[in-house]
Amino acid sequence: MTMNTVATDNPVPAGSEKHYLTNGHTLSSWLFTVDHKRIGILYLISLVVFFLLGGAAAVLFRLDLMTPAGDLLRSETYNKLFTMHGIVMIFFFLIPSIPAVLGNFLLPIMLGTRDVAFPKLNLLSWYVFMAGGLLALFAIVFGGVDSGWTFYTPYSTMYANSNVILAVCGAFIAGFSSIMTALNFVVTIHKMRAPGLTWFRLPLFVWAMYATSLVVLLGTPVVAITLVMIFVERLLHFGIFDPALGGDPVLFQHLFWFYSHPAVYIMILPSMGVVSELISAFSRRRIYGYKFVAYSSLAIAVIGFFVWGHHMFVSSQSVYAGLIFSFLTFFVAVPTAIKILNWTMTLYKGSVSLQAPMLYAFGFLGLFTIGGMTGLFLSTMATDIHLHDTYFVVAHFHYVMVGGGVMGFLGGLHFWWPKMTGRMYPEGWAIFAAIVIFVGFNLTFFPQFQLGYHGMPRRYHEYASQFQILHVMSTAGASILGFGYLIMTGYLIWSLKFGKVAGSNPWGARGLEWETTSPPPTENFLVTPVVKHEAYAYDVPSETSDVQEPRPEQHNV
Amino acid sequence: MSHHVVGIKVYIAIFLSLMVLTGLTVWVAFINWGFMNDVVAMSIAVLKMTLVVLFFMHLKYQARLLWLIAGAGVIWLMIMFALTLSDYRSREWIESAFTRPVPWVASEEAATYQAEQMKAQESEDAGAHH
Amino acid sequence: MSDSHPSHLAHQFDHVEQQRQASTMGIWLFLITEIMFFGGLFTGYIVYRTMYPEAWTAGSHELDIALGGFNTAVLIFSSLTMALAVHAAQVSNRRNQVLFIAATMILGLVFLGVKVVEYSAKFEHHLIPGPNFHFPGDIGTHVQLFFSFYFTMTGMHAVHMIIGEGIMLWLLINAAKGRYHKDYYNPVEVVGLYWHFVDIVWIFLFPLLYLIGRH
Repeated sequence: MTMNTVATDNPVPAGSEKHYLTNGHTLSSWLFTVDHKRIGILYLISLVVFFLLGGAAAVLFRLDLMTPAGDLLRSETYNKLFTMHGIVMIFFFLIPSIPAVLGNFLLPIMLGTRDVAFPKLNLLSWYVFMAGGLLALFAIVFGGVDSGWTFYTPYSTMYANSNVILAVCGAFIAGFSSIMTALNFVVTIHKMRAPGLTWFRLPLFVWAMYATSLVVLLGTPVVAITLVMIFVERLLHFGIFDPALGGDPVLFQHLFWFYSHPAVYIMILPSMGVVSELISAFSRRRIYGYKFVAYSSLAIAVIGFFVWGHHMFVSSQSVYAGLIFSFLTFFVAVPTAIKILNWTMTLYKGSVSLQAPMLYAFGFLGLFTIGGMTGLFLSTMATDIHLHDTYFVVAHFHYVMVGGGVMGFLGGLHFWWPKMTGRMYPEGWAIFAAIVIFVGFNLTFFPQFQLGYHGMPRRYHEYASQFQILHVMSTAGASILGFGYLIMTGYLIWSLKFGKVAGSNPWGARGLEWETTSPPPTENFLVTPVVKHEAYAYDVPSETSDVQEPRPEQHNV
Repeated sequence: MSHHVVGIKVYIAIFLSLMVLTGLTVWVAFINWGFMNDVVAMSIAVLKMTLVVLFFMHLKYQARLLWLIAGAGVIWLMIMFALTLSDYRSREWIESAFTRPVPWVASEEAATYQAEQMKAQESEDAGAHH
Repeated sequence: MSDSHPSHLAHQFDHVEQQRQASTMGIWLFLITEIMFFGGLFTGYIVYRTMYPEAWTAGSHELDIALGGFNTAVLIFSSLTMALAVHAAQVSNRRNQVLFIAATMILGLVFLGVKVVEYSAKFEHHLIPGPNFHFPGDIGTHVQLFFSFYFTMTGMHAVHMIIGEGIMLWLLINAAKGRYHKDYYNPVEVVGLYWHFVDIVWIFLFPLLYLIGRH
């Protein structure tokens, strides 16, 4: 990477210089911006709101689950709350989280370009996302939805007395937003890399974004048409999945999981990309086996499409198909294990510094490994018969999505916070919050493995009293977890005004994004960078005087 | 992604071929070829699609990357078809495994169980016919 | 931004060729999402057709081959006019662009008009799925499934046509203003690719819905 910087680490107070945040202060300069960085910030603000709403729902039903009889909420309310938690967290937080916030902000900077390929489409994606999100929230607040986030038929189409249609429309609309973002990313990565930035010099975060975008492009339309089918069946009384007409509800599950299983990789692949960046930056080492990590992202994206039937082992799916799906599912573990191995090897003999982003990366390694390994229990058909639809599954996917997805998001947010805002977050508080979140998370979800193993079914409002102690532990953990998130929200907001001013490269990292100022100027780089190394060239002396060349007329044509 | 401009004559020729193929697909639909009717109809449709994609949509003159993208779409569609049908096509296998005589089951108990299963299956089949 | 930045080159691109490649790649990526979108319906179609072949034949016999065939021809013809509109843009012929885009729009409207006629005939014969659906015989409920797919598939196709008409109106206005010429015709090409895709969907829908078991 070129290290001859556009501006050196001079502590000019943020605000007094020209950068993307000072380029217009009016509301309309934000609402009509086509700057990918501002769109990333718009997404960040909206996603935090959705995350807090989804979290609030979780806190409510976790409190309710403290007693076997569920004394706090009525059963209908309980059903609506866990549905709200699922819909909001999956469609409106986890799926967009890293791509829409960090990806939007960083991808063009990492590629050394001025913006994504289609900036207006990028802005449109935020509006579409907000439209979908608000529609879903409207459905949840005025009447609620009780079908679970999976909208399984025939309950969702024939029996549910709640706002299924509106929630389905919200999810449908939000899908377009992911497609727009993904399309933008793929085209940008293919067509707009800076001179010298070959495929194998790309940061692994970019590879992860690329793989994620492919999953979004190939999967999201399928859930869209599936939701259309729900829509016509419920609203127009077409019988598509209606058993009375000879329809098959399991067909819905096939189509739904064709997207929704790969959607897990939409949530986890970006986190893996972030963790690759963090581990390399905080152990000061070139990433071990770069090509393996890069290709394993693509492998996960592809294999992820072959495994959806493992959600349906106890439906009326044929056992022979179950056998195939079970077998294929094991293969996803291979590229995942390659990644874990390579990260561990990167740490080996590295000069590891335990700052807050790195703590989240370590959190990811441990928790995601647990999540992944318990996934193997569930992909084994025989054990799944016992564990299906129990709290074991709930614990498993929270270890994957929160232990993996959210940890990566938070680690990345801390890592790039100085780049995004120009301010450092307070390190001491951040380390404290990271530990609180780690402890709270494990206390919440580890007991749930046991609950599930002993037979506590998921989505039940009332339960046998022998499960109470584990439920109380889980609720206690959830409160600690929520407390951790609140501390974090607090100090991050505080740091916007009072944080130490960050230089261009507070971590001494080698990625291209650290060579521009913090916060970056609207056009990202004042002079087009010419890339000579991959993003992890920690073994190359940092002051190599690569000459900045003007952007040539023809490249990567 | 060339600046290749396809000639008007090529467009007209493709258009006429598509019209002829449309006529053909209607005509062969009225001939009884058993299950081959579907095969023929789909082959003609795929041929028509190929003509549209290669010439009207200029894929013939585009970079290999776009061939890859278009191909990926078709391949993923096939993945969806194949794995979904792997369920539906194999569902009845398990029932036939129940009703098939199993020579190596020697115990009387197993034989009785099997007889019961067959009986249940028969009455179910009979029920389905009425 | 350099002085060589023409007005039709967006700020994020370095040169016209990069912009052209980006837009072509973008629309092809969009089209694979469309393949998967319709693919979900085709999957359902295949599953149920293999379950209930007789009902599918019976349902198909209720459809009018003459109207379906006519519409296929109309749509293929509109693909030709669309291709000619792109050609006109490539050779900077403004008059022909306007002419062919307008022709494509009119043919699209003819298609939709015929579709309205077909739908209303189904309405009169109680073949709209739902409580009022009526089809005699044991397989009546399964025939309803056929019609659920018939209406969802052709309906989704028609929605794509209507969206296409809207985009083409915008294209027509810009073409009339002379925005597109041999150095910049991406929008015409992109809309053209979309329109051809919609045509391809119909190329499959026609035999799958209208021509089952006609012998």
